Amino acid sequence: MSSQSFCKKKRMLSSAIEDRIIHGVFLVCGLVTVIVLFGIFGLLFFTSFPAFEEIHVTEFLTGFDWNPTSYVKEVYGIVPMLVSTFMVTLGSLLIAIPIGIGTAAYLSDVASPRVREILKPVVEMLAAVPSVVIGFLGIVLVGPAIAKFFNISNGLNAVNGSILLAVMALPTIVSISEDALSSVPASYEQASLALGATRWQTVIRVKLPAALSGVIAACMLGMGRAIGETMTVLMATGCAPAMPKSFLGPVRTLTSSIAIELGEVAYNTTHYYALFALGLVLFVITFIINMISDIILHRYEKVSR
Amino acid sequence: MSPVTAEPHPKNNRKFNKKMRLVMKEQDKGKKKGSLLKIKVEHFNFFYDTTRALKDIEMQIYANTVVGIIGPSGCGKSTFLRCFNRMNDIIRNVRYQGEIYIDDRNIFDKSVDVVDLRRNVGMVFQKSNPFPKSIFENVAYGLKINGVRDKDFITQKVEKSLKDAVIWDEVKDRLHKSAFALSGGQQQRLCIARALAIEPEVLLLDEPASALDPIATSKIEELIHELKKKYTIIIVTHNMQQAARVSDYTAFIMLGELIEYEETNKIFTNPSKKITEDYVTGRFG
Ligand SMILES: Nc1ncnc2c1ncn2[C@@H]1O[C@H](COP(=O)(O)OP(=O)(O)O)[C@@H](O)[C@H]1O
Ligand SMILES: [Mg+2]
Repeated sequence: MSSQSFCKKKRMLSSAIEDRIIHGVFLVCGLVTVIVLFGIFGLLFFTSFPAFEEIHVTEFLTGFDWNPTSYVKEVYGIVPMLVSTFMVTLGSLLIAIPIGIGTAAYLSDVASPRVREILKPVVEMLAAVPSVVIGFLGIVLVGPAIAKFFNISNGLNAVNGSILLAVMALPTIVSISEDALSSVPASYEQASLALGATRWQTVIRVKLPAALSGVIAACMLGMGRAIGETMTVLMATGCAPAMPKSFLGPVRTLTSSIAIELGEVAYNTTHYYALFALGLVLFVITFIINMISDIILHRYEKVSR
Repeated sequence: MSPVTAEPHPKNNRKFNKKMRLVMKEQDKGKKKGSLLKIKVEHFNFFYDTTRALKDIEMQIYANTVVGIIGPSGCGKSTFLRCFNRMNDIIRNVRYQGEIYIDDRNIFDKSVDVVDLRRNVGMVFQKSNPFPKSIFENVAYGLKINGVRDKDFITQKVEKSLKDAVIWDEVKDRLHKSAFALSGGQQQRLCIARALAIEPEVLLLDEPASALDPIATSKIEELIHELKKKYTIIIVTHNMQQAARVSDYTAFIMLGELIEYEETNKIFTNPSKKITEDYVTGRFG
């Protein structure tokens, strides 16, 4: 056997090993993600389990009062927090989605390249503002403005939280939607323009539908940010642990309840476990949202392709 | 939008006379065909940045005729075609010089709305490009963006356009299925139907059959014969036989210059320029 063919064989062997190693590394990476996910779920589940030795599950899920430190009777009802979370998230999405998609459409199709080059990084930089700073602005800027506009005594409420969360969700929505719009094949755009469509008609009727999966993903990520955000809503929404009466009243979300109470709760008490149960509820909500968005995406892809 | 310049040209006498003679010659031809002047290209230049892609083009096109544009690749055929509906506007740093009149109206005039122009001058691209929508929605699109709301009217118009594009029988049972499920040839005819739906007067076709098999190609060519009755058609092709088959007039372009523009018959049997003869007989290109 010549030395040349020997070399060849050796290299083939090592490349097979290399393949297997790379395969293994990626497998481990993938597994780690899955393990972490299940680990978090398991931790939340088993830590919150003891809470339900004291609290009835239906009472927990349907109770209208949350008062774990009462001297008379401790009650653990999460409906006010669910409603608060829902209100603030919905409010922020109502503000952020139209503005976000509009901005993305403007950036990708209407703005000149120079405007886009300046504006897109600026919008993305918004994501770098710490949530504490945004909460602070909510207290000193947005709050008083709301109070003045609606003629109420205090501007720390659901509207304030919605506005701030919208600001925080915008960079995600704008940036990812813009990427999605820009990756729509130019041939669709040309076809539309050649039929006498204006640029706005083209982006709204052709490019947005073609980029819908990316745009939905952008909105979902923005929504994830809004639901999970803690510091801003803690600072800007008033945080009264009662059933919210309106968008102009104080609200207290799941996240701010956990953040407020976990620092003061006694270790291994029912209250302590109940806070983990709140975390579990939050986790389940975000999980369901992700599942729904996945289903929407798949259904859409079947129709359009 | 890119700057549009339409500079008036000082007409010195010799040039003017030459032009008059040309016009008279063309008008004679027009009489023969019994048709009227639809498009007039005058002293037309086109620039990508500083590169002059089209050089001093003069051309007259009659209504209800098919004009074939041939020439080696990169000579400016597509560029020229995209001038008629100003699709070049979407490319940055381009410049027009000279005039193109459609129905005696200079399309580069400030008063011309490019959106209106494109509704009047339809275009079909080299690579079929249906929208990721249903077959019906593809054809209805042009109507909807033009503000047509009447559902019955849209339905009728979609059917008529698909029939005119000779694809109705193949798609009538799956109008609401995705256009992407169609074959390449069907997609291209769908794109033609989409262009026809808004009733343009001029139809621009940029190598519409270059990606198709012979059967699909011959269908498109038959279609062009039919469409000629209603539309004025300009078709770019690098296939000489195709130009000979479908067009009434043929323009031969090379390096951005209009070398010869004549009745198709003459171009292919008895061209006046040696270089045209070399090209159409396949001696180069
Ligand atoms: N967007 C563009 N920017 C700059 N130059 C271009 C552009 N499109 C085409 N060209 C140039 O213009 C010339 C003509 O191109 P084109 O009209 O596409 O030729 P054809 O369709 O005859 O093959 C070519 O030299 C090409 O490189
Ligand atoms: Mg071309």
